[in-house]
Amino acid sequence: MSDLTISERQAGDVTILDLEGKVTIGEGSVALRNAIRRLLGEGKNKILLNLAGVGYIDSSGIGELVSSFTAVNKEGGTLKLLNLTQKIQDLLAITKLLTVFDVYNDEAEALASFN
Amino acid sequence: MREEFSLPSRIESVDIAAMRIDEFARRAGLGEDFVGSIDLAVRESVANAVKHGNNLDESKSVDITLEITAAGFEMQVRDYGEGFDLAEVPDPTDPENLLKSSGRGILFMQAFMDIVEWTRHDDGGTVVRMVKRR
Repeated sequence: MSDLTISERQAGDVTILDLEGKVTIGEGSVALRNAIRRLLGEGKNKILLNLAGVGYIDSSGIGELVSSFTAVNKEGGTLKLLNLTQKIQDLLAITKLLTVFDVYNDEAEALASFN
Repeated sequence: MREEFSLPSRIESVDIAAMRIDEFARRAGLGEDFVGSIDLAVRESVANAVKHGNNLDESKSVDITLEITAAGFEMQVRDYGEGFDLAEVPDPTDPENLLKSSGRGILFMQAFMDIVEWTRHDDGGTVVRMVKRR
């Protein structure tokens, strides 16, 4: 069974990736990396990561969020985060990454922020 | 209460170690919250031993010791690598390092454990000792 499943939705020109599972060293991190790479290859560079279903993330997973952020920015796009669990929020605070990412608790608000 | 075991230097060993430590902690009567609080540090220490200590060399094992002591829960992870200088590990919270994709494992170990210290093993390799007080 895969560590991480990723579903894709489109809301106008914003692609929402609904993540479910673990973003950790190994499979999970690789799955996220591949999904972002594929989207950028398709010209989709407005990306909202919905982390409501991410029960676990480690330093590799955090690193993958950062890599995704920089990869999307490099392509002139924007990547934002939605529905962080308290645990993930705490980890982003420890790593001082809350100042880097745009984080939202409401999908409509997140989508509006892309424009 | 004490347990020792070794795992091969593969990424999959991180999950296996976490499960073994989870079981040990529960047998020791440590609660759900306690187990949850040490889980990330456990995983990061084993991942570091596998990736950085042993360079994913499957001929080198990661040796793990778990113990309930007067101090609390104690874990030691030994790799068979060349060692490293903690002072040379970049601070991942430094603005110039914030956008690096790696380097946060030690930060998490230190955030979630009360004691984290590294020593060289007499027979080679590095041992990280972590303690979480009850």
